Amino acid sequence: MEQTRNTNLPEKILRCGIISWIIVVTVWGLGSLGYDEYFLPSPKETLDSIKTLWKDGTLQADIIASVWRVVRGWLLAVVTAVPLGLAVGSFRPIRWLIEPILSFFRFVPAIALTTLFLMWFGVGDKSKIALIVYASFFPIFVNTIAGVASTDRSLIEAASCMGSSKARIFFTVMVPSAVSNIFTGVRLGLSSSIICIIAAEMLVGSDGLGYLINSSKLYYKTGWAFAGIVSLAVIGFAADRLLQFAGRKSLKRFGVK
Amino acid sequence: MYIRLEHINKSFGSMKASDDVSFGIEKGRLIGLLGPSGSGKTTILRMIAGLEKQDSGDIFIEDKLVNDLPSSKRGIGFVFQSYALFPYLNVYSNIAYGLKIQKKDKAFIDNRVKELLELVGLPGLEKRYPDQLSGGQRQRVALARALAPNPELLLLDEPFAAIDAKVRKELRTWLRETIDKIGITSIFVTHDQDEAIEVADEIIITNNGRVEQTGAPDKIYLNPKTPFVAQFIGQSTVIEHYSRLKGFEHVKGKHKAVIRPEFIEIHKFTDNGHHDFETAMEDGTVADVSFRGSAYEVKVDIGTLVLTGRMPLGSEAPKKGDKVKVLIRQLYTFDDSSTEIVGNSALVSGEVYYI
Repeated sequence: MEQTRNTNLPEKILRCGIISWIIVVTVWGLGSLGYDEYFLPSPKETLDSIKTLWKDGTLQADIIASVWRVVRGWLLAVVTAVPLGLAVGSFRPIRWLIEPILSFFRFVPAIALTTLFLMWFGVGDKSKIALIVYASFFPIFVNTIAGVASTDRSLIEAASCMGSSKARIFFTVMVPSAVSNIFTGVRLGLSSSIICIIAAEMLVGSDGLGYLINSSKLYYKTGWAFAGIVSLAVIGFAADRLLQFAGRKSLKRFGVK
Repeated sequence: MYIRLEHINKSFGSMKASDDVSFGIEKGRLIGLLGPSGSGKTTILRMIAGLEKQDSGDIFIEDKLVNDLPSSKRGIGFVFQSYALFPYLNVYSNIAYGLKIQKKDKAFIDNRVKELLELVGLPGLEKRYPDQLSGGQRQRVALARALAPNPELLLLDEPFAAIDAKVRKELRTWLRETIDKIGITSIFVTHDQDEAIEVADEIIITNNGRVEQTGAPDKIYLNPKTPFVAQFIGQSTVIEHYSRLKGFEHVKGKHKAVIRPEFIEIHKFTDNGHHDFETAMEDGTVADVSFRGSAYEVKVDIGTLVLTGRMPLGSEAPKKGDKVKVLIRQLYTFDDSSTEIVGNSALVSGEVYYI
């Protein structure tokens, strides 16, 4: 027992990702030796930037601004895309009607719509949230439809033979069968939201991590841009892991892994 | 007749799955729908369940025409080959599914689930999820679930196909006993003739979308009515030129014949020994021997063809190359539409055939 644990230890360390991060930071650190901090700040300089921004409160304010936008837009997308996807997925004629439109819009990224949305929804939060909704709606919607449509036929037939009505089959068979796919869509939607909010904040506005990254060039503070990027990566990573963990804990029975 | 199918036709594209299928089933019987894969047996079962709609023809359950009745209103229990248990519900909720639709109260459901789990031999497994059960256990739960709403008719689609051989045999006997206990009219689909013969009161044999023969397993075994059945049932070898065999004359119009191992007796050859029915026997050489547990399966080359027979586990195992005497007691001759049993004419008349 003791021995197996020992032999597995290197494998465990490798798998948990620490080594990967040590490599990234080392390469980054070595690389930064050849350049000044305006071109490529070192890990240490980046950490100092984070500390400075944290102390004066800008970093927290920007993080909160970005996260708050993402949460609102993403949740709005979830509550609209999931029910719509369930309805479309369970009704074949509508699915046939919707699918061509979907495949058309799938190739129009949210960023491409930024200008239009600014025009339509103004320069405030509204246009940014609208962009997030657009960005995260499609992955959630498409996955929900796929989840419902791929419900195991024999489960539906089994329910029907036991006397289940169409409506009951929808709620007790099709929806539970789609949960795993819906959850995948929700996760993808979250990452799309984060990607698109940074782009939107870089274009317009006066707060958020995107603004921080973009505005750093005005002050020749490359370290700030790095601070923003690192914060962004950490937030995204943490949010996804948290979501995955919550899903695995509460939706395990529905096949969420 | 409790269930009647009248002139059922069903096509999938150019494939005719049911070709003028008609038969009746009496209440309380256990029926085996037997046929090779693609013979249309599952389609028949699914049409009775209302999961598939026939192109033409009528289906009656208890003298009621059910053509337009959806599966949810037919009062049937259906057991799927893939079990089709809801993976996100535990055993209790799976079995209770149909009872909740019937709006039974909690105490009733609790009792019924408990009772059914005892019936299928899995008491206390309420909290388990399907992925925590073995294949055999899942199929038992699937049966309990199908029986829970008290259906009038139980339909099973290849219920044991996905279960390994040893457990399958146990489950067969168990299914027979369980169905006897509750006395429900049941139809099960299988491609395994042993399963059908062992379990069913009555067998319906299908081929190419048609019903070839119906009847009790032993009757069908002894009296195959069509060439297909003669070849399909039993461990049959089809031979041509059967009139070359000792004791058999050509039957007009019937050019082929079926021989089963139990029609053949194989005797060890002794130079000075005397064999009964010497004139009726063929000389042969053992071509192959395999041990089958209860007997040796022996392939004998008699010059014109190779026959398969059995030899009891005796003092000395037959070896490849051994000289043997082969007695063919009977065979089935057939043409395109009918079969006929032909006995060995060289045998002394009055000899009792046993098969």
